[in-house]
Amino acid sequence: MNEQVLLKNIHNPDASDIAVYEKSGGYQGLQIMLDTCSPDEVIEKVKSSGLRGRGGAGFPTGMKWSFVPKDSGKPHYLCCNADEGEPGTFKDRLLMERDPHQMVEGMIIAAYAINSNIAYVYIRGEYFLSISKVEEAIAAAYNAGYLGKNILGSGFSLDMYVHKGAGAYICGEETALLESIEGKRGQPKLKPPFPAVAGLYECPTVVNNVETFACLPHIFRRGVDWFTSIGPANAPGPKLYCLSGQLNKPGIYELPMDISLGDLLENYGRGARTGKFKAAIPGGVSAPMIPLSGFDVQMDFASLTAVDSMLGSAGVIALDETASIPSVARRITEFFSHESCGKCAPCREGLTWAAKILNRVEAGEGAPDDTAQLEVICGGVFGMTFCALGDGAAWALRATLKHFPHEYDALIKSRSISV
Amino acid sequence: MTTDRNIASICADLADEVQKVAKRYPSKRSAIMPALYLAQDKYGCVDEVVYQAISEMLDVPEIWVFEVASFYSMYNRKELGKYHIQFCTNVSCMLLGADDVLADIQKRLGIEAGETTNDRLFTLSHVECIGACDVAPVMIVNEKYYNNLTNERAAEILDQLEKDFMEAAE
Repeated sequence: MNEQVLLKNIHNPDASDIAVYEKSGGYQGLQIMLDTCSPDEVIEKVKSSGLRGRGGAGFPTGMKWSFVPKDSGKPHYLCCNADEGEPGTFKDRLLMERDPHQMVEGMIIAAYAINSNIAYVYIRGEYFLSISKVEEAIAAAYNAGYLGKNILGSGFSLDMYVHKGAGAYICGEETALLESIEGKRGQPKLKPPFPAVAGLYECPTVVNNVETFACLPHIFRRGVDWFTSIGPANAPGPKLYCLSGQLNKPGIYELPMDISLGDLLENYGRGARTGKFKAAIPGGVSAPMIPLSGFDVQMDFASLTAVDSMLGSAGVIALDETASIPSVARRITEFFSHESCGKCAPCREGLTWAAKILNRVEAGEGAPDDTAQLEVICGGVFGMTFCALGDGAAWALRATLKHFPHEYDALIKSRSISV
Repeated sequence: MTTDRNIASICADLADEVQKVAKRYPSKRSAIMPALYLAQDKYGCVDEVVYQAISEMLDVPEIWVFEVASFYSMYNRKELGKYHIQFCTNVSCMLLGADDVLADIQKRLGIEAGETTNDRLFTLSHVECIGACDVAPVMIVNEKYYNNLTNERAAEILDQLEKDFMEAAE
């Protein structure tokens, strides 16, 4: 088995204890960084590590940090996106519940790099245990001198707080997340300006995912060369894949990103429940599904983009041959329709309409032109909304129409016969 | 709910905690969400009187409080039953039979998702993915996760909750 980095201590019931974390090398990365690097050098190191965001978009982390202006004269903010809500994704919950100091240490490193003295961890409200574990970890880090004033004698100070979400998927979108911390409805804002320039309270802000932060201590403790030696050159470092759905061994697997979807599902997920897969959703329900014939795709950012899908949150949902694609499409579309913040008409109205059509198709009451109508709706939503929620919804629905038109046709035909 | 509560009593109950949490942010408006949670933890749900009290404590317009309370699904604007079941039917759960389990729970309790039983013991809510897809189907009752649900297991859990309640009442 490949070396486990992020999950190394996950089965230790005391891993969330700061003493256990320190004993396993915890907070050494922070110490090394404070001893040897200026903030700019930290950014350069993270750039050369090739670390890309683990939240969904896969944006290069060091580059994101480098967009923070040096001379804005305003305070800078750091936020952790722990609003994990992409269906099929549960890796951040595991990291926060079992080994939260990796994320806390990573946030301190990032805050130092972007010259921020206040950091917020935005955790979704339903993650009760994550919230208490992270709060405990923050308190322990204060006690140990890793947070607060003059951290480890470096002159750098940082305060860190948990901001609890309250049940809105859209707050996983970074501008909506920032609106939510400001005490407003979680509605995305048009970009640019990007948060790096005008984010929280209109100040320069960096938002990164839990797993992204969790990678940072390891990069500083073990070095950039070690990190880049893991996985493919354009997607280095360990990655957490969440496996769920109709397979034999669901769970979270830490692997380099040169693994193929088929290998992941067969050798780690131990195959389909019925013995044969039909399709898989590779990165949470926003990521277009891939039929069995495409399972040789490598599970990294570029390879999945090349087959019109995406790594997204790496929440892999497996569908075996018994799954009904129109039913799955209906459920996904209902989800997006429900979670649409309502700001953009194409998303708010289009998805409601699409869900209505899918419901009637599923019930065997579809009209002959319903799939064509769904295509038209997708075209009217995709690229027409402020944020990626609408895009993800349209993209996911389109993939089902493209790869499995016969399943829709069969349902619609059964209606014309019965009428 | 707040027939016996008024703005002054809510402020008396919560002002210290609300001011403490407000110090975490450069803007008082940011403390609206935590303040609503503080009120909900204390009173079980939030309503107009709570919005007015928070508006006073944080010196923000009441509409700012209401718009937050009405946008986020975890603020309860109606009183919940003793056990709040949050049932996930998203894709990973659905593929493993969640809809069938939910239908059974609805039948047994005689309510639809979004409703509370007449004896106010159970409120059933339909939630989106709660991040436990590896042990789907899942539901949360109050703050506890229940995994790998089947119709039988769900029935056992409800039996147990009813029993717990009866025993506590005795």
